[in-house]
Amino acid sequence: MENKKKIVIGVIGADVHAVGIQILYHAFENAGFDVTNLGVMVSQEEYIAAAVETDADAILVSSLYGHGELDCRGLRDKCNEAGLKDILLYVGGNIVVGKQPFDEVEARFKKMGFNRVFGPGTPPEETIAALKEDLGIE
Amino acid sequence: MKPVLMIDFGSTNTKVTAVDMDSETLLGTAAAYTTVQTDVGEGLQEALKKLEEKTGKLDFTARYACSSAAGGLKMISSGLVPELTAEAARQAALGAGAKVLKVYSYELTEDDAEEIEALQPDIFLLTGGTDGGNKDNIIQNAQVLAECKADFPVILAGNRVAARTCEKILTEAGRQVIRCENVMPKFNELNIGPAQNQIRQVFLDRIIQAKGLSQASELISGIMMPTPAAVLAAMELLSRGTEREKGFGELVAADVGGATTDIYSMTDGAPDRAGTVLKGLPEPYAKRTVEGDIGMRYSAWGIADAVGIPALSRLSGLTEDRVETLLAEITTHTDSLPDTDEKRRLDQALASMAIKVGVTRHAGTVEKVYTPCGETYVQSGKDLSRVDKIILTGGSLIHNPPETARDIASYALYDLSEPGSLRPRNAEILIDTQYILSAMGLLSQYAPDTALKIMKKELTSYGTAK
Repeated sequence: MENKKKIVIGVIGADVHAVGIQILYHAFENAGFDVTNLGVMVSQEEYIAAAVETDADAILVSSLYGHGELDCRGLRDKCNEAGLKDILLYVGGNIVVGKQPFDEVEARFKKMGFNRVFGPGTPPEETIAALKEDLGIE
Repeated sequence: MKPVLMIDFGSTNTKVTAVDMDSETLLGTAAAYTTVQTDVGEGLQEALKKLEEKTGKLDFTARYACSSAAGGLKMISSGLVPELTAEAARQAALGAGAKVLKVYSYELTEDDAEEIEALQPDIFLLTGGTDGGNKDNIIQNAQVLAECKADFPVILAGNRVAARTCEKILTEAGRQVIRCENVMPKFNELNIGPAQNQIRQVFLDRIIQAKGLSQASELISGIMMPTPAAVLAAMELLSRGTEREKGFGELVAADVGGATTDIYSMTDGAPDRAGTVLKGLPEPYAKRTVEGDIGMRYSAWGIADAVGIPALSRLSGLTEDRVETLLAEITTHTDSLPDTDEKRRLDQALASMAIKVGVTRHAGTVEKVYTPCGETYVQSGKDLSRVDKIILTGGSLIHNPPETARDIASYALYDLSEPGSLRPRNAEILIDTQYILSAMGLLSQYAPDTALKIMKKELTSYGTAK
């Protein structure tokens, strides 16, 4: 068993955008992470169950259909409740409705307990660099 | 002629089945009343005598046996997350033919330890964590089990990174430990075969001694397996076939007993509709579930609890009061036979509802979800809607006339009032009239072609239920 960092990814809520998450899966795997891909329509409970069982270092939530803000509420609290106290939480995609200033959106999600927030069109490399920094790789 | 004997040691009956390997035919079956408390050898001799009265003297070239005596193979399992490793562990134990007394998830507590001591399992299946995943939980649970006072072996099938530590903790406490591959090596990847092989090995090495079957084992040339594992093996063979003999394809089987109802399904259960999102653990092709609260005698009240007295009254045509009176009677006198018209009607209603509840709980469900991206379907569990064969076995089902059996079996099917339940749409009903499925499961381990041919010959088709 190599000592790869373990991450859990998936598209939250009623969102069925299946292609992007596959691309992310391959990008993260190629970057040397041990990735558990939950696919689409993932509930908060599924992220947590997978993170508990795999002892994950980070949960990366994707959302593309604009309802991310509703879907993500309470995820940090549930992680705390499940004993995942220090797990990294990232969120990215078209996470809110309409064109809102990104700094406001970022502030709202950070208040919800996310460590990092990524806007639309973020290349995977940027997220990978952030993960490496936060998890102390290299 | 080359006769072979299959023996099924039950809690109350010893059943024998003789087949001729040369002509690939069933020679006969017989049963005799037994208890393990007395001597299983006696029951076997009695059953053999009855068999040879029908067939004439037989010189058996081999004798195989399965057993569900003394409460069957009692197991407790534990995992980490209820829907993940704990569920994988349950599936492993059920598929190995065990009676699952309890499934724990997360950390075992001192209270749990006391409960485990009181339940006295034959085997404990300890799992938790994917390979390289969570270690703390399984190590903590190994510590609790190490301090448990009851005597049982532990099969260790969790996170491989923690296996050595767990083994050390348990061995130092004097507990027998058998290590095997993780039941869930990666997230949502089911790997229950290795654990099942170990369960069977422990059953052979240890359980047979403990269950007073060792005297009989001298007479037996091979394979002692738990009876449900034999039935599962028979169903898998019947479904998949062999290289030389075609199987039936996808099927569902129901075994309604006095205390429990076992449901088997042989299908991958993949979604029928394109674009369906599948949730939950992947399902094994050969799946067994057991409803401990659903049965014709000991668990008849469980059926009433599940469907309500009014439903039983409507189906049987008896008044609700009468249903309750009769239920009280048959649950007290669990050996009572349906010897009156009323009892026959109640039994038919009970069997119908046992099948309905059992298959509904076994089958998967589908839900239509409206999303901002349009309408989509979410399925969990197995889709049985395309399955077109239902096999019925068990004393309460196989003695019914074709029309009644077909009627009972129809309750296994899709029901307009529960559109989300993925039960078969319509199916041919096949009855195990000779009660030979467990015997054929045993035979399948040695001569699958013969076992399959005999099953295809002896299962009686009662037409299609809709």
